Amino acid sequence: MDFSYSDEQRMLKDMVDRLVADQYDFETREAARASSVGYSADMWRQFAELGLLGVPLSEDAGGFDGGGAELMVVAEGFGRGLVVEPYLASVVLCGHLIDKLADQTRKAEIAGPLISGETRYALACHEPDGGCDPYWIATTARADGGGYVLDGTKAVVAHGDSADHLIVIARSSGEPGDRDGLSAFLVDATANGVTRRGYPTIDGHRAADITLENARVDADALLGELGLASSALDGALERGVIYLCAEATGAMARACELTLEYLKERKQFGAPIGSFQALQHRMVDMRIALEKVRSLTFWAACSLDSAPDERGQRIAAAKVMVGRAGRHVAEEAIQLFGGMGMMEESAIAHYAKRIIMIDHWLGDHRWHMAAFRRAVADGENAWANAA
Amino acid sequence: MDIEYNEPERAFRDEVRGFLAENLPAAIAEKVKNYRRLTRDETVHWHRVLGEKGWLAMHWPTEYGGPGWSPVQKHIFEEECAAAGAPRLLPFGINMVAPVIIKFGSQAQKDYYLPRMLTMDDWWAQGYSEPGAGSDLASLKMRAERQGDRYIVNGQKTWTTLGQHANMIFCLVRTDPQAAKKQEGISFLLIDMSSPGVTVRPLITLDGEHEVNEVFFDNVEVPVENRVGDENKGWTYAKYLLTFERTGIAGVGISKAALTHLKTIAHEREIRGRRLIEQSDFADRLAEIEVELMAVEMTNLRVVAAADAGGVPGAESSFLKIMGTEVRQKISDLYREAAGPYALPFIDEDDAPVGPEFAGVAAPNYFNLRKLSIFGGSNEIQKNIISKAILGL
Repeated sequence: MDFSYSDEQRMLKDMVDRLVADQYDFETREAARASSVGYSADMWRQFAELGLLGVPLSEDAGGFDGGGAELMVVAEGFGRGLVVEPYLASVVLCGHLIDKLADQTRKAEIAGPLISGETRYALACHEPDGGCDPYWIATTARADGGGYVLDGTKAVVAHGDSADHLIVIARSSGEPGDRDGLSAFLVDATANGVTRRGYPTIDGHRAADITLENARVDADALLGELGLASSALDGALERGVIYLCAEATGAMARACELTLEYLKERKQFGAPIGSFQALQHRMVDMRIALEKVRSLTFWAACSLDSAPDERGQRIAAAKVMVGRAGRHVAEEAIQLFGGMGMMEESAIAHYAKRIIMIDHWLGDHRWHMAAFRRAVADGENAWANAA
Repeated sequence: MDIEYNEPERAFRDEVRGFLAENLPAAIAEKVKNYRRLTRDETVHWHRVLGEKGWLAMHWPTEYGGPGWSPVQKHIFEEECAAAGAPRLLPFGINMVAPVIIKFGSQAQKDYYLPRMLTMDDWWAQGYSEPGAGSDLASLKMRAERQGDRYIVNGQKTWTTLGQHANMIFCLVRTDPQAAKKQEGISFLLIDMSSPGVTVRPLITLDGEHEVNEVFFDNVEVPVENRVGDENKGWTYAKYLLTFERTGIAGVGISKAALTHLKTIAHEREIRGRRLIEQSDFADRLAEIEVELMAVEMTNLRVVAAADAGGVPGAESSFLKIMGTEVRQKISDLYREAAGPYALPFIDEDDAPVGPEFAGVAAPNYFNLRKLSIFGGSNEIQKNIISKAILGL
């Protein structure tokens, strides 16, 4: 057993933490969030220059071949700063699909601009009637001439409004819920037949509902083989969940720090409110919740290469804990801040919103608890049986 | 980063497993797995088996007979012992008073008491709590008055776990009632329980068990050489004892073994034609607890790893105590629920059992384990420690 970071991981962590500490204060974040795309193009360029956009991609794709630990280090740092740039959507989710599905020539073509930050991608997977189920895909892909025609609707696509390209998960055979018959198509987000309704999300990001109506794509838009995208999609979603758990860890750690500072400085009845035992114990409970999330996230991140049932179980456990313990921390933070916790101008309110709403991205605690139970009961990959 | 055991760690695990398979009597393991009380002889036997192997005092320095294990090895040992159904080791001698003797005791105390712990010639009890001194331990009143080369001890200790079997007890006593602060007038004495004036009376707990006692001291003579360290410095030693090697405090191995057993029950026991595991509310609760336990396990490992890297567990042990005891209590709660109406019969151990085997102990064990969040510094006291030590409140 070895719980320490390698030198490279340590350097990556220092770099991300320094970037967030030096250049990502709450006001900067709020200004970026208020812009039309919902994040800072300058910051995105800087991520690219620092090499961050290539961290989880393979060397084949021009990336750094980072694993779960690297993903965790980046996401935790971003979580501390409530980073709003589309790292999860473009780099983690789409990056993995491109890596796993595109052939070598296409991979270089597509991944190059991703890693350099010129092109931003979004994963159009979940659908309005599918809830948390990534396999509940009714969107169809029909072969037509040399290419394909896509029809369907995608729900709450993270950063789908600002993305240059979408990776659309569509079905050429089977029924919603089936794992077989799914393919990934690279689609120009401004193409004919693609309609995007962009909007802000309550946790500081942006998303879009996307309609594909008779959207035509060329044959080379298909990434990988027709109907065989599921296992790559599993991998992308697993990494996405680990990213979200680590982001939640960072955000929860910062929320605990902010709350602790407030307990020490806010005075009532002539004393800092942190001198009251009722509040001290609640603060300790927040820290205990944080440690649980940190431990399970760590375990999940270190399990990306483990056997499918163990991996599925640990990733699901982490997301369950993020949903439950995260909510505890966020609600308590608001409570301990009192009226200030209710204010839009308070940073803590934004931490609380992001921590709680992370439960709604890529499967909530109920969804993952069901996946956990399946993994435990059947000894199979929770994701593989998710439907 | 690598959360898997490496080759030497796996080899060590296999060695422990092999030793347990050969040396742990099946009858004892059976009792432990079913939450049955062990006899004094059974407990002593197991301690002697480990003592002979050199594995009894795992936290001791090697010069005194410790095995020289890394924190990860200690973790593996505890986990394997729990999984095999080995009796939990008595902490009072080897893990509590021994570190104090090693750190603050005289050479004569080390030479005499430590070897006797390894051979289990002494059964130690802890004399901390008093009727008026629980969480506020420093307000203890048991008096020790110096008369020449002896102390005359008068007063009472309580919650003395397994004191009915013990022949030695370490006590915090008040040697200076006039001290400015109540923490300053306390000394640390080793008392032979066969001394005239010592009386042990059973306290029966709500599960019907005789596990704890009250111990009365009526003009008990204790030689001055039985004092550990300096007079009136006992509080320092008491605090040292409480922070010493507490990564085992989470009881992860025990919880894992209990949860495994509970899952087996859930897969076997049928109610109205459906196995418990197929009943969604029960299965949900079981999964919820398993997720909690995974979080405790990994937190424990993180602390173990930090200790391995040279960090000394301080207030982290308070985190582990709270997290570990909460999850153990939740498991015992679900056992009780799994038993349904058969949690009710309260049958003497010698009588013919009623209902499924696990059910007979489900409720008594649940009630017994309420103690976990109370003893060893109540969980509220642990939260006070964390607020002060880590949060700076």
